Amino acid sequence: MQSQASYDYRVVRQFAIMAVVWGIVGMLVGVIIAAQLIWPQLDFQEWFHFGRLRPLHTNAVIFAFGGSALFATSYYVVQRTCHTRLFAPALAQFTFWGWQAIIVAAAITLPMGFTVGKEYAELEWPIKIAIAVVWVSYAVVFFGTIVKRKTPHIYVANWFYGAFILAVAILHIVNSAVIPVSMFKSYSAYAGVQDAMIQWWYGHNAVGFFLTAGFLGMMYYFVPKQAGRPVYSYRLSVVHFWALIFTYMWAGPHHLHYTALPDWAQSLGMTFSLILLAPSWGGMINGIMTLSGAWDKLRTDPILKFLVTSLSFYGMSTFEGPMMSIKTVNALSHYTDWTIGHVHSGALGWVAMVSIGSIYYLLPRMYGKTEMYSTRLITLHFWTATVGIVLYIASMWVAGVMQGMMARAINPDGTLTYAFVETVKNSYPFWEIRLVGGILFLGGMFIMLYNMIRTIAGEKPVDAPVLEVAAAH
Amino acid sequence: MSDFVSDFWHYYVLGLVVLSLAFCVWILASNMTKRKPGPVTLHHHIWDEDLQEYNNPLPRWWMYLFWGALVFAVGYLFLYPGLGHLPGKIGWTAVEQYKEEMKKADEQFNPIYDKYLKQDLLAVSANPEAQAMGQRLFLTYCAQCHGADARGAKGFPNLTDNDWLYGGQPATIKTTITGGRQGAMPAWGPVLGADGVKDVANYVRSLSGLANDSVRAERGKTVFMTNCVACHGPEGKGNQALGAPNLTDRIWLYGSSEATIIETVTYGRQNQMPSFKDLLGERKIHLLAAYVLSLSKNQDKQ
Repeated sequence: MQSQASYDYRVVRQFAIMAVVWGIVGMLVGVIIAAQLIWPQLDFQEWFHFGRLRPLHTNAVIFAFGGSALFATSYYVVQRTCHTRLFAPALAQFTFWGWQAIIVAAAITLPMGFTVGKEYAELEWPIKIAIAVVWVSYAVVFFGTIVKRKTPHIYVANWFYGAFILAVAILHIVNSAVIPVSMFKSYSAYAGVQDAMIQWWYGHNAVGFFLTAGFLGMMYYFVPKQAGRPVYSYRLSVVHFWALIFTYMWAGPHHLHYTALPDWAQSLGMTFSLILLAPSWGGMINGIMTLSGAWDKLRTDPILKFLVTSLSFYGMSTFEGPMMSIKTVNALSHYTDWTIGHVHSGALGWVAMVSIGSIYYLLPRMYGKTEMYSTRLITLHFWTATVGIVLYIASMWVAGVMQGMMARAINPDGTLTYAFVETVKNSYPFWEIRLVGGILFLGGMFIMLYNMIRTIAGEKPVDAPVLEVAAAH
Repeated sequence: MSDFVSDFWHYYVLGLVVLSLAFCVWILASNMTKRKPGPVTLHHHIWDEDLQEYNNPLPRWWMYLFWGALVFAVGYLFLYPGLGHLPGKIGWTAVEQYKEEMKKADEQFNPIYDKYLKQDLLAVSANPEAQAMGQRLFLTYCAQCHGADARGAKGFPNLTDNDWLYGGQPATIKTTITGGRQGAMPAWGPVLGADGVKDVANYVRSLSGLANDSVRAERGKTVFMTNCVACHGPEGKGNQALGAPNLTDRIWLYGSSEATIIETVTYGRQNQMPSFKDLLGERKIHLLAAYVLSLSKNQDKQ
């Protein structure tokens, strides 16, 4: 049965298309800075310098690409699973244009050198305020839609999206407490080790809530939808959701092992990071086991390939993370490329792949279709991306362990065997492999762009009608 | 050595940690249902046409993994600091571990350095083994500023050229590394005015035979004799006691162009070499001083 009203797909469409565009921009900057590490002469002028492009890369891929994918899918999922049109569509439009304006502002100010100097929170205070305003609007639209839902229960994907929206608001506002000294310069309101702790409380929960909880929300809708199978276990989703919420908030101090941070905080960072392995894997199990009875679809459905591979990478990097948070392992891995490899196994393997899979599901449905222009191109994209990730991660593992081993090697007289520059010299082959991996992944995004353009060119946007809640059986 | 300004924060941390762990234990313990015979139940809610959920029990192996992690956490927090300011059963602290490791390293390595510490710096600098050790120390602690080849950079002196700001005697080099140096040239812009600065810059360039405007240089000489002689001397040959550079050689710490000299005179220069006394101790400084000494000695031979 269908009612008269239709879902608000406009904002979903906008964010989905921009996710692909910003994905290309962010990954292109990533490829450029990977090349700069090999050929430092590519650091043309100050605004094209590695130190300024690196935060541009991280902001663009996390907040522009990942953020747009989260906005698009959450607005889609919350409407479809609440069986109601989006609450306050005008405010949703504001979140779209506001978020795009923030991204453009970041793309201008970061190369110009305006930065607070906090990792993943570099943007200067006027932009920080804009982010807070857009984010609160996002929360109003999302939770407003939840409130006016037609279903008695809230679907699991929405718990994760909701947790992500709420936690990111708290993290952003607390970590952004700064004292402005001019229009484009401000200083943190916290000092010394407290500042470092607040920053990494924010930093790791950006990983935990932005890059994990949000994308788990995506997973809980698009995996069962694409597989055509019920979610494996409601019980497991309850347990791992709450365990995740209770433990992630503690994990930040593992970024500050062996620093001035008090011992007790370091211990807590490590133990809770280890506990996190279980709640994280709960999500992976629930996703992968949802495929039982539908494994054959993997052979023919590249979208499902993207989604399942993303879950495998999620499982891998959420195993690697707790291991790296163990102090003795961290003593080797910290300040090496191992960390970079770990981040990208999560960011490319998990975040990007689950987003790409979900957007391939989403895009044709924005135009009244169910299939992308070319399934073969999706398959090609999948293999290009997968090979790219494997090259990236494997080379960074080897480089990272090598750097860590070289840094701790000592001579019989107690002096260091290798100067820092020797670790750099020996890293070149791995940085070259990493660049190839990055180019492949970026290449896959161009395939996606082409496929997207062919899918939507000349097509009329279609807003699907709101569905009646199905009767329970 | 408390990390907390008041006991409140100790209990705050303690309480939250216990609460978080207890919550994990509770949610796990209350969901340990086993698989019942027969088909898995399907939750009766249906979202968006066909979204449904099975209610499979938690996978056993996953549950044990979770329990294992929780047991490890409790054990770790019992042994190590973590619960507010409770010290942990084994009394471990990072500071103590550091001290112990340093003590062990000292016991192991100090005898190697003591052998050279008793020797004269010139003798040490001629010893190839000591030179190799000194070079490794240099690459670790000094290369960041002075470069791997010790030839310095803008603002960081070249150590191979036999020109010394503070003196190249063995004992002086050791003093420099031990205590560090504070280079300070005051800003003369406000005193001399833009024209006066340009005049004196031309005079300074004339001292080392660089191209200059002779009219300005002549005027600049008067300025120099009134204002600069106190540190750089009447002949501009500098003063190592003050760290005032010799202006008559062709060695420039910041650069010899007219524009750079004008910048130097106008705004002055503040420079600092840090003290390495606490970081390295005399044993290593002795070897480093000998190595630095050998750098310019080798230059002489070439």
